[in-house]
Amino acid sequence: MTDPAVDPIHQFQIYDIFTLGEVGGVKFAMTNSAMFMIAIVVLISAFLILSTSGRGLVPTRWQSAAELMYELVASTLRNSAGTEGMRFFPFVFSIFAFVLTANVLGLVPYFMTVTSHLVITAALALLVIFTVIVYGLMRNGLGFFKLFLPSGLPVAIAPFIAIIEVLSFLSRPVSLSLRLFGNMLAGHIVLKVFAGFIVTLTAAGVGGWFAGVLPLGMTVALTALETLVAVLQAYVFTILTCVYLNDAIHPSH
Amino acid sequence: MDAEAAKLIGAGIACIGMAGAGIGVGTIFGNYLTGALRNPSAAASQFTNALVGAALAEGLGIFSLVVAFLLMFVV
Repeated sequence: MTDPAVDPIHQFQIYDIFTLGEVGGVKFAMTNSAMFMIAIVVLISAFLILSTSGRGLVPTRWQSAAELMYELVASTLRNSAGTEGMRFFPFVFSIFAFVLTANVLGLVPYFMTVTSHLVITAALALLVIFTVIVYGLMRNGLGFFKLFLPSGLPVAIAPFIAIIEVLSFLSRPVSLSLRLFGNMLAGHIVLKVFAGFIVTLTAAGVGGWFAGVLPLGMTVALTALETLVAVLQAYVFTILTCVYLNDAIHPSH
Repeated sequence: MDAEAAKLIGAGIACIGMAGAGIGVGTIFGNYLTGALRNPSAAASQFTNALVGAALAEGLGIFSLVVAFLLMFVV
């Protein structure tokens, strides 16, 4: 293996912090990924509980931040899924808060980005899709399948459209999970590659120290871009969740 | 050809697919800005739609990037 200082993949490694034992051949261990997920939940809970505990009519700065986050998710959900979609508000807000905190926390050097692992994003995407399917069937019964057959379609092309709609529905969890995973993975690899240039250049001698300023500046600029991407991807994940939930509530489009 | 070299060439070729995502996202935001400058009062309500479209277009580019990663680190 290459030097961990310049190896861009090393940062995604999952290792055990301590092992709890084995149950039926499956190892139960506290990994760094699990530790960061617990840290994320603790951070979100602490932020929301502490900032809103005052319940002031005139909000403090922290309370404004929490209300801003609430309003952002609430307006997104209300605009795309209607008032009835608001029953999913706790679910959507949890997803937004978790993904946002995971993405932003991952930007801190030496911290792990849990959303850069496909298993995490796939679990979130499957949770969303199964919620859509289960709630869609519960609320609309067989009417849910109108989702795959838009009304007012000529009979001749209806089967083909239905096949395309089913395929597009099935590709949703794939694209939802891969988008978040790919963005986070690619961003952190690019950051690490440019940071690796600095290490390689400074090792080359005094001339390299001056040349190393260029990739350093690039790393700083990329960190700014990655902060934007981290917030944007959390928002995109939330919007798409709302759009998919809207399909479950109003299947006949 | 060496299998390792073929993998790296394949990963490079797979990344060309991201150009399509670049064109797509550029088209979406370009057209959004064109519309927004013509009718600024309607811009705010359509920003979400622009983001959804950009996310869908970008997702397809990410697929080719994931293929490149698979070739480099998994296969």
